[in-house]
Amino acid sequence: MTDAAYNFAYLDEQTKRMIRRAILKGLAIPGYQVPFASREMPMPYGWGTGGVQLTAAVMCPEDRFKVIDQGADDTTNAVSIRAFFERTAGVAATTRTDEATLIQTRHRIPEAPLRAGQVLVFQVPIPEPLRFLEPRESETRKMHALEEYGLMHVKLYEDISRHGHIATSYAYPVQVEGRYVMDPSPIPKFDNPKLGDCPAIQLFGAGREQRIYALPPYTRVVSLDFEDHPFEASKADHPCGLCGATDSYLDEVIMDDAGRRMFVCSDTDFCGQRQAAGHRGKDAA
Amino acid sequence: MTDAQNSSKNFAKIFPKNLAAQAAPAPLLSVRDLTKSYGAHLGCADVSFDLFPGEVMGIVGESGSGKSTLLGCMAGHLRPDAGAVIFDTRRDGPRDTVTMSEPERRMLGRTDWAFVHQNARDGLRVGVSAGGNVGERLMAVGARHYGDIRAAATDWLGRVEIAPDRIDDRPGTFSGGMQQRLQIARNLVTGPRLVFMDEPTGGLDVSVQARLLDLMRGLVRDMGLSAIIVTHDLAVVRLLADRLMVMKSGHVVEQGLTDQVLDDPQHGYTQLLVSSVLQV
Ligand SMILES: Nc1ncnc2c1ncn2[C@@H]1O[C@H](COP(=O)(O)OP(=O)(O)OP(=O)(O)O)[C@@H](O)[C@H]1O
Ligand SMILES: [Mg+2]
Repeated sequence: MTDAAYNFAYLDEQTKRMIRRAILKGLAIPGYQVPFASREMPMPYGWGTGGVQLTAAVMCPEDRFKVIDQGADDTTNAVSIRAFFERTAGVAATTRTDEATLIQTRHRIPEAPLRAGQVLVFQVPIPEPLRFLEPRESETRKMHALEEYGLMHVKLYEDISRHGHIATSYAYPVQVEGRYVMDPSPIPKFDNPKLGDCPAIQLFGAGREQRIYALPPYTRVVSLDFEDHPFEASKADHPCGLCGATDSYLDEVIMDDAGRRMFVCSDTDFCGQRQAAGHRGKDAA
Repeated sequence: MTDAQNSSKNFAKIFPKNLAAQAAPAPLLSVRDLTKSYGAHLGCADVSFDLFPGEVMGIVGESGSGKSTLLGCMAGHLRPDAGAVIFDTRRDGPRDTVTMSEPERRMLGRTDWAFVHQNARDGLRVGVSAGGNVGERLMAVGARHYGDIRAAATDWLGRVEIAPDRIDDRPGTFSGGMQQRLQIARNLVTGPRLVFMDEPTGGLDVSVQARLLDLMRGLVRDMGLSAIIVTHDLAVVRLLADRLMVMKSGHVVEQGLTDQVLDDPQHGYTQLLVSSVLQV
């Protein structure tokens, strides 16, 4: 049942139009951070208010909506965002990636390949990839405008000098269509290759920082690296303990007080479907 | 008489025979009538001079005389109200850097030009290791091989007498003199053709200053650098500068060969400066 006190998907139509305009601009200039007038949402920053506003702006009554947090559909954050839109928009929810038309995510891209017609909305805490080394907003804007991206490699240089290899494993910077350098939000770098050449639309929203950026379908996305330290989409070198998958991103979970550990798919839908199809890992009951 | 004959005749009139016979080198930098005010307050006015390749120009004058303003206008950090700063670019020859586009000017700023700040912290990235500081300009112009960047950084730390095992330390752990030497390495690593320096030895102990001066003299000589050095310190210009400009209240009151100006000052203000009556 939709709560009649709210407009469809909570935000008023004027606000949605403003956000849609920012989205269209973002799609027209892939990887460029478009400022937008972020609204107060009935949830704290850090809970994905940027993503929630994007979702509200693009949601249609016939959408099938999925929310994942670190790959899981059942964390508090995912459950509450899903419930929010069930209540304010009355849309049908799903946990299945292949069924969903609109997916809001924090920290992951689903394992199942996305298809044309789907929209993936990322929650972004810090949209500016240059922030780490250049705190002045006036200067980072200029650097984007003039394509002065040497500083991104300074960050990777520092990584290698300190750790012997590029230790950045989340929010790994990418260059979009040979132009804008973009922070893909704190997804593991394992997911970076999925950003490029993707049939779905990918939207990124930062609520506190009031920025929207986007990747239209089939965009060229390249992870930055050095010739002698090439980018690697690494993951834990194990099969999933539950479904046996060898090609999915894994979380390490502690099983008992004795410190027994197990590696399992972070994408709970992917893992569940594999198990339903009869795949078994070595730790499966 | 044709125009060509006419101009060659004028040329011969201006330059003595033996000089005119050699092809006169084009100036690397030509500053023309450079003027900058801060509201009603004059920064510098009507400054003109040529700097030739391999030359070091010193700019001296009391505090507030407009030295930093002039340097900032030449280096593209400040926008002059009037005048031209014509630089002999590698690709297109002489270009007025005041009217060129900002991307072009910033590109010059990280390739052919270098700027050494008085306060090393203004010219360094304090959150980045010494090696990263030196490597930044290389990466800014497209270096993408970690091993090569590190080798260049190691080499340059050596050239400014910083031990190679400090390469992964942050500048905050360095002494004032080391920070200044690191700033110089970071600027020279891309082989700039023109270096701007604003009080490079200011704020350092005398013995540290002497070592830095020695180092700078060696680098200027070995690399054939052209430089413009702003300083309070006449010892600095004596040691480094071929030519000297003396500024007072925003105007250049005297310029010439360093030894000439210092040993036989013509302007009353310069005489005071040289005789140390005036504390600059
Ligand atoms: N940002 C500014 N706003 C207003 N006035 C300024 C500004 N910067 C400099 N001035 C003024 O312009 C004049 C020239 O200053 P400038 O800093 O160029 O002198 P300087 O010769 O470098 O002095 P110092 O030796 O103390 O560094 C001074 O009168 C100064 O007060
Ligand atoms: Mg000054």
